[in-house]
Amino acid sequence: MAQASRAPRRSRTLEDDSSLEENKALLAQNEYEEDSSDEEDIRNTVGNIPMEWYQDFPHIGYDLEGKKIYKPIRNKDELDMFLEKMENPDYWRTVQDKMTGADIKLTDEQIDLVHRLQKGQFGDVHFNPYEPAVDFFTHEVMIHPVTNRPADKRSFIPSLIEKEKVSKLVHAIKMGWIKPRKPKDDTPTYYDLWAHEDPNSILGRHKMHVPAPKMKLPGHEESYNPPPEYLLSEEERLAWEQQEPAQRRLSFVPQQHRSLRAVPAFPRFIHERFERCLDLYLCPRQRKMRVNVDPEDLIPKLPKPRDLQPFPTTQALVYRGHTSLVRCLSISPSGQWLVSGSDDGSVRFWEVSTARCMKTLPVGGVVKSVAWNPNPTICLVAICVEQSVLLVNPCLGDKLLYGATDQLLESFVPPEEERVQPVQWVPATMEEHSKGIRLVVQHSKAVKQVTWHGKGDYFASVVSDNSNMQVLIHQSSKRWSQNPFRRSKGLVQCVLFHPIRPYFFVATQRYVRVYNLLKQELTKKLMTNCKWVSSMAIHPGGDNIICGSYDSKLAWFDLDLSTRPYQLLRHHKRALRSVAFHKHYPLFASGSDDGSVIVCHGMVYNDLLQNPLLVPVKVLKGHVLTLDLGVLDVLFHPTQPWVFSSGADGTIRLYT
Amino acid sequence: MGGLEKKKFERGAATNYITRNRARKKLQLSLPDFRRLCILKGIYPHEPKHKKKVNRGSTAPRTFYLLKDIKFLLHEPIVNSFREYKVFVRKLRKAYGKSEWSTVDRLKDNKPTYKLDHIVKERYPTFVDALRDLDDALSMCFLFSTFPRTGKCHVQTIQLCRRLAVEFLNYVIASRSLRKVFLSIKGIYYQAEVLGQPVTWITPYAFAHDHPTDVDYRVMATFTEFYTTLLGFVNFRLYQSLNLLYPPKIDGQADVELKPAEGKEYAMDSESYLEKLSALTSSLARVVAPTHEEEVELDEFPVEGETAEQMDARKKEQEALEKHKKLFEGLRFFLNREVPREPLAFVIRCFGGQVSWDKSLCIGATYDVSDPSITHQIVDRPQVQQQVVGRYYLQPQWVFDSVNAKLCLPVADYFPGVLLPPHLSPFVTEQEGDYIPPEKLKLLAMQRGEEPGEESEEEEEEEEEEEDNNDKEEEEEEEDESEKEEEMKLKKLEEQKTQSNKALLVTVTAGKLRLEDKQRLEQEQQSEEKRLAIMMMKKREKYLYKKIMFGKKRKVREANKLAAKRKAHDAAVKEEKKKSKKARRA
Repeated sequence: MAQASRAPRRSRTLEDDSSLEENKALLAQNEYEEDSSDEEDIRNTVGNIPMEWYQDFPHIGYDLEGKKIYKPIRNKDELDMFLEKMENPDYWRTVQDKMTGADIKLTDEQIDLVHRLQKGQFGDVHFNPYEPAVDFFTHEVMIHPVTNRPADKRSFIPSLIEKEKVSKLVHAIKMGWIKPRKPKDDTPTYYDLWAHEDPNSILGRHKMHVPAPKMKLPGHEESYNPPPEYLLSEEERLAWEQQEPAQRRLSFVPQQHRSLRAVPAFPRFIHERFERCLDLYLCPRQRKMRVNVDPEDLIPKLPKPRDLQPFPTTQALVYRGHTSLVRCLSISPSGQWLVSGSDDGSVRFWEVSTARCMKTLPVGGVVKSVAWNPNPTICLVAICVEQSVLLVNPCLGDKLLYGATDQLLESFVPPEEERVQPVQWVPATMEEHSKGIRLVVQHSKAVKQVTWHGKGDYFASVVSDNSNMQVLIHQSSKRWSQNPFRRSKGLVQCVLFHPIRPYFFVATQRYVRVYNLLKQELTKKLMTNCKWVSSMAIHPGGDNIICGSYDSKLAWFDLDLSTRPYQLLRHHKRALRSVAFHKHYPLFASGSDDGSVIVCHGMVYNDLLQNPLLVPVKVLKGHVLTLDLGVLDVLFHPTQPWVFSSGADGTIRLYT
Repeated sequence: MGGLEKKKFERGAATNYITRNRARKKLQLSLPDFRRLCILKGIYPHEPKHKKKVNRGSTAPRTFYLLKDIKFLLHEPIVNSFREYKVFVRKLRKAYGKSEWSTVDRLKDNKPTYKLDHIVKERYPTFVDALRDLDDALSMCFLFSTFPRTGKCHVQTIQLCRRLAVEFLNYVIASRSLRKVFLSIKGIYYQAEVLGQPVTWITPYAFAHDHPTDVDYRVMATFTEFYTTLLGFVNFRLYQSLNLLYPPKIDGQADVELKPAEGKEYAMDSESYLEKLSALTSSLARVVAPTHEEEVELDEFPVEGETAEQMDARKKEQEALEKHKKLFEGLRFFLNREVPREPLAFVIRCFGGQVSWDKSLCIGATYDVSDPSITHQIVDRPQVQQQVVGRYYLQPQWVFDSVNAKLCLPVADYFPGVLLPPHLSPFVTEQEGDYIPPEKLKLLAMQRGEEPGEESEEEEEEEEEEEDNNDKEEEEEEEDESEKEEEMKLKKLEEQKTQSNKALLVTVTAGKLRLEDKQRLEQEQQSEEKRLAIMMMKKREKYLYKKIMFGKKRKVREANKLAAKRKAHDAAVKEEKKKSKKARRA
């Protein structure tokens, strides 16, 4: 039947498309193909399989003889397609059958069906979706039953299943598993919470309560239109970007907008709120006491320097002549002459009041230390040059005086029995004698320091050595030397005689040892609290010592008080090279590598209960820093409140 | 010997603190619950004075809570409801899994809830305490009220925040307690004085939020939960103190005015109520009908020990405050659609002005653009096309600057299209030695009643002209001088040559009397004394002294830097002006 119905339709299409020969051929082929197929709907031999399998082949399946059934030839290119689209009036209703690969023209009925389905209507034209509804049952209650069936027994007895369910519920309610619905809370959400407030009610924990600090209020720089000076310059902005976010002083870059309309949203607004939240509940809180002191109150109230006069205040004289750094200074007990030793291998004698170089004594080596004999009746200077100590008579001042000194030295009678000495005492040669050198004490190693005893007979020298031969005590009148120590206690820096009592001070790197020369025993060991002691001076009273150190500290010891420093003064910026006490005035001075001499008032009271009063009174500057060295030696005038300082710049300066 | 052996860490500081984990175990709570509890109860970690002692000798970084605080949490009823909620969630999940819908319904009906009233009362025993801590609550509520109604948090929370924020704004308007406003790049800061307490909050600019991913919204939501409760109670009390109805109702006669005339439904009743309220144009209904505009003359209670001067000062201050409150009294503003409506309406209404806007912009417009009684129109455009005579067209900054200056500023600087003067922060109070921007100095002068006005500008211009002339003259003079100098030099050289030819002439010139400046000497001496005294300071004191002086010096340095920057900027601007002027002349 299907065949029959199809045939007339095809003939009609043939009539329609008579103009297209190609189509005709195609259709003829189609017809032929159709004939060969049987009467089923599927008109290919391969069955209902995905047609992509045959995509690359020219055929689709095989016929009964095993020959290939070829696809209709489709060699149309784009142009042909286009031409067909333009020329064929039925192009829009032509579709391709995937099963056979043939083009099929849809009939009017088929197109109508497609349209209806597209519109969402029923496929059948004759179907009426809006037929009047007919109730199965009437809504009116009837007096007779619809069926005549008698009621079931189960409609008379209660349901067991329901009973079970109810009993379960009852049990659950009894057991408290199911709770009745909560009554609705009808109190208002907000009411006057503080109606009965008790101003004195503070919780127990509130004693330790630390209220959160409020957010910082914004400054001018946060404005949308700040004054121009608050905007960051290019460098500041770069610096801001390179900083860690936690280190920035401002959490944002100040910006200027011409009008309120141009202000954008702040991208970190939610972040900032969130961070505040975190701060509130995660940040540990602590009460911090802020120091609220006036810095002026911290400065100690010291007596005014004006009231502590006299002390040196101005530079009075400069002694020029040395060509290299001046290492050491010494002054005659009368205060008239000054002797200085320098690295240029010469010792110069100066007249203090005129700054005139009276005499130059070439010694042919670096002069490490000079010391004028403190005895006013003897005119003798000890000079350290390399391995020897020269005793020089400068022949200055009173002729009687230096003549007497020469006589004193010549009156020496060598003892009959030659004693073994650690050094050699050699009288000066004629040439040396004419220069003023009287005696040469030859040591085995280089000599660092020489210092006289107050009486002017004994002197001590320090040798740079590691053995027990570091310190030697000499008696000039008897030309006799001895080594007081049996064992070395460290590298000796300097030694000192007590001005009154028979004590001897030996400063090693970190300690100062005090020996009793009579009892020949150690009496005290002073801890300096410094890394490396450089110099030492003793108060003329003999109870106080100051120690300068290379770690720029000055330690004041009260020998009666303690073995630890009474005070550590950190006045200088660099290493201290030398310290000195004045003989009469309560003054002491320290010279340092920073080129300054600091003069301090150091009053020592006779009352044992009163501690010494230390007040810095003057910072004297004048020396030029050379080779990173400033002041090398300081020295007070024996009678006047004057201070001498020798520097690395080859000058000696007098401050009065 | 005798007695029990003393054990370490059994007395003293170690027993006063507890680590977070131990606290959690003691309370039997999970970490999120513990955090919630801490947020709600306001418990925070403490930094012990000696960390090593408390940490049993270890220096590992740990957070410590006070043991007292944790013990105090033990009795908190909310902890129980946390546990109940946990059980509820478990049951619900189970019921869902078994598809037992009746159980689900029943469970949902009995969902455990808790109230925070008692916590608010406990944390803030008095109302003033609550006011003092209101800053964060307000800022948070204002932020949450701007969130979109989707995603990040519950819609109810957002709506509640919006409601509370609007209520608070209405209170501030009704009580006229706003004091300062500041437009920052972050948002708008407001400061109100509520019952004598300064309350500061910040609102973001009205833009959609770009929600960050590294922010934990649960924490913020917990804070908001507490803050909304607090703010609700505070609002209630504040409204009560002004005899206003709470929840607020719009005044009857204003309400009628606000009804849309066409009878068209604007929105649902519940929504339009909040919208009308947030329009901020209408006054609120009072419990007791107000007797119209009574001027309350304050009785004077002389405080003991107060001199007449102090009384006078106080009285003056009071008067200034009253005047400040009525800053915009009698002025009628109209807001163009491009200006931020809410902040401006709020600020203007706070100082007694009347405000309106285009009807299509928002509900609550009371009059039209064409109203002839409008005195100020706020515009944020470079120019205005059709200007109506009889009103000022101003940029919005004028309103804010006037409020901060406590007087209506001259309008000339704020016309549309004009380069605005800088907007200064009202929160900065400059101390001695701080840098004060010149605009602030001008403002202070204006507040004192001096009239710098336009004269100075004219003067400046005149000065400039004079300077121009002077410059030219000076240049000429300089040229002359330089010529003269050269001549002199030549002469000298010649003289020297002649001298060297002759025998060395030794002449004694009359010495000059060196005048010693006594004052300077004195100063030098004093400074030296100080330096010497500083040398004698103890190490610890010296450290402290140096620290203090460092801070002071830094402050001075920063002030100097700002001043120098300003000077450079002003010079550059002047130069620019001069150039443009010259170009114009040419």
